[in-house]
Amino acid sequence: MKILKLPKEKLDFFASVVQQFGEVHAPVEQDGKYVFKRLRRWSEARLDYDRTILPPKKYFLPPRETLFQYRNGAGYLPCSEGLDKRIILFGVHACDVFALNILDQVFSGKYDDPYYQARRKNIAIIGIDCRPDKHCFCRSMRADFVDRGFDLFFYDIGDYYLTLVVTALGDDMVLATGPLFEKVGAPDIEQYKRSSYSKRQAFRLDVEIRDLPEIFEMEYQNEIWDELGEKCLSCGSCSMVCPTCYCYDVADDVELGSRDGGRNRSWDSCLFTAHALVAGGENFRKSRASRIKFRYYHKQRGFVAEYGRPSCVGCGRCITACPVNIDLSEVINRLRGVQHAPCR
Amino acid sequence: MLLVDRVPSSQSALSQNPYQPYMARIVRVYKMVEDNYLFMLRFLEDRLATTFQHQPGQFIMLSVPGTGEAPISISSSPSRPGMLELCVRRVGRATNALYRLKTNDVVGIRGPYGNGFPVQDLLGSDLLFAAGGLGIAPLRSLLWYALDNRDKFNRITLMYGAKTPGDMLFREELLSLVDRTDLTCLLTVDSDPTGSWKNYIGLLPHLFDHAEVDPARTYAAVCGPPVVYKFILQRLLDRGFTKDRILMSLERRMKCGIGKCGHCSVGYKYTCLHGPIFTYWDAINLPEMV
Repeated sequence: MKILKLPKEKLDFFASVVQQFGEVHAPVEQDGKYVFKRLRRWSEARLDYDRTILPPKKYFLPPRETLFQYRNGAGYLPCSEGLDKRIILFGVHACDVFALNILDQVFSGKYDDPYYQARRKNIAIIGIDCRPDKHCFCRSMRADFVDRGFDLFFYDIGDYYLTLVVTALGDDMVLATGPLFEKVGAPDIEQYKRSSYSKRQAFRLDVEIRDLPEIFEMEYQNEIWDELGEKCLSCGSCSMVCPTCYCYDVADDVELGSRDGGRNRSWDSCLFTAHALVAGGENFRKSRASRIKFRYYHKQRGFVAEYGRPSCVGCGRCITACPVNIDLSEVINRLRGVQHAPCR
Repeated sequence: MLLVDRVPSSQSALSQNPYQPYMARIVRVYKMVEDNYLFMLRFLEDRLATTFQHQPGQFIMLSVPGTGEAPISISSSPSRPGMLELCVRRVGRATNALYRLKTNDVVGIRGPYGNGFPVQDLLGSDLLFAAGGLGIAPLRSLLWYALDNRDKFNRITLMYGAKTPGDMLFREELLSLVDRTDLTCLLTVDSDPTGSWKNYIGLLPHLFDHAEVDPARTYAAVCGPPVVYKFILQRLLDRGFTKDRILMSLERRMKCGIGKCGHCSVGYKYTCLHGPIFTYWDAINLPEMV
């Protein structure tokens, strides 16, 4: 790793230089919210954003993509369109990078997902420091800081961005700017540590994840699940906006009058009725209560058993997206007995 | 894993694609029972046909062109390679489409997936098979594996139940086992409208009265509709089986077969990766398992 600093007023120059490494995408304001989008000009970028509607997941596991084309006589032909496109995601928060590191685990292992992996290789990430708002609990989820999974990371230290350079590509970006980046000195480091401390103090939401899987086991029959089942609309918004939800559906589309067509995958949600429905009509999670319980259970219990940590980074998106105000931090705290207020 | 190491594609990013189906030809279709056909498949490529290897209890993802994919357990034994046999019930979109295909039509196959039966652990033990209805499909692979390697296993007992003789899958094949002296083959039907059934009549659990079972050295392999689990599992426990010697093959919705799509997740396990064969101990510790 290399640690440098960039004068803040040089950021736009840096952004213009990195364009040679790929199409620059960054958070842009849209109807009072933020979305990751291709920049038409640098001034559109809003690096002081709170959270984007959809996480960067959409670049790596698109909402819908074609895996194969089926051609009679030729079989299933892999569809690699767009996989080699070079993109630079500029201004990704630590929790969202952390979420990608979690998805990396899911889409690798015994079976690599080549579609996800190809995109992960071709999309560069420049991270940016942020301040928690009232829905952020990334610190509780230990995702308020990342040490890998990105190329560069900018930390606000007043007049400069302290810059972590962790990949060769990141280094090339820095070098391409000539003498733009400067060496860091003791005062910069002091400033970084002060800023890190004040960020830590700024969290207003806290959930405790130690022994949470065990508490989930103990509270499997808790009435809270029925209560949530009554409230939940099964709309799946929480899954769509979640940076670590990766469930997908696969369906074949056929061209009229032939067997030719495409095999497509698209985002799915365990809250949808058919998620656990098998041929013949048996549905293993028929009730809404069982489905929302499953979502919590999988992320906070099952994923821990499989991958060693919850598949949640505390980004707060599910809290802001839920149309009936189901609040993950409240649910967890209530299960822990921290607050006894009924689910709002 | 056999099938990921080569791909027809020239695109390097996808040169190792676990989602790639390989085309296979429908060699023969046997109508065993109404809406329960046995499909014999062979990969178009000889190299694949001769090198494809699976464990008893594993499954494949079957692609029916123009329709989609479905997980299907392999009914044939790895001791008889070259051809894959799938016992398929017509229940969903993909299987309905499969039933419209004819001999020599092509389908796609990828796999094999899942853990399969822990064959290494079973060597030298007694085997007790208990299946109801379509539950015979995944167990048949292990049954024939054991019979083809008879010296590697101790006592073998098969208990299989169907509604009527006409509903019995692999009926002729299983009837031919009844006279064999190297296994106990107990076949029962709930009722016999034909009047010519010469084996047992009654529900599956009552076959326990006719089976000699030593729980301490037996592994039980169980598969069937929920009602089978409900009664058989209890009988096995009553007999003194420990929960880790009861093996069950489970079914879930699957879209990928390789632990990514999330559908077959039960508790903290994926049916496709950690299963479909689970011990009863695993199963009772996983919510919504059975």
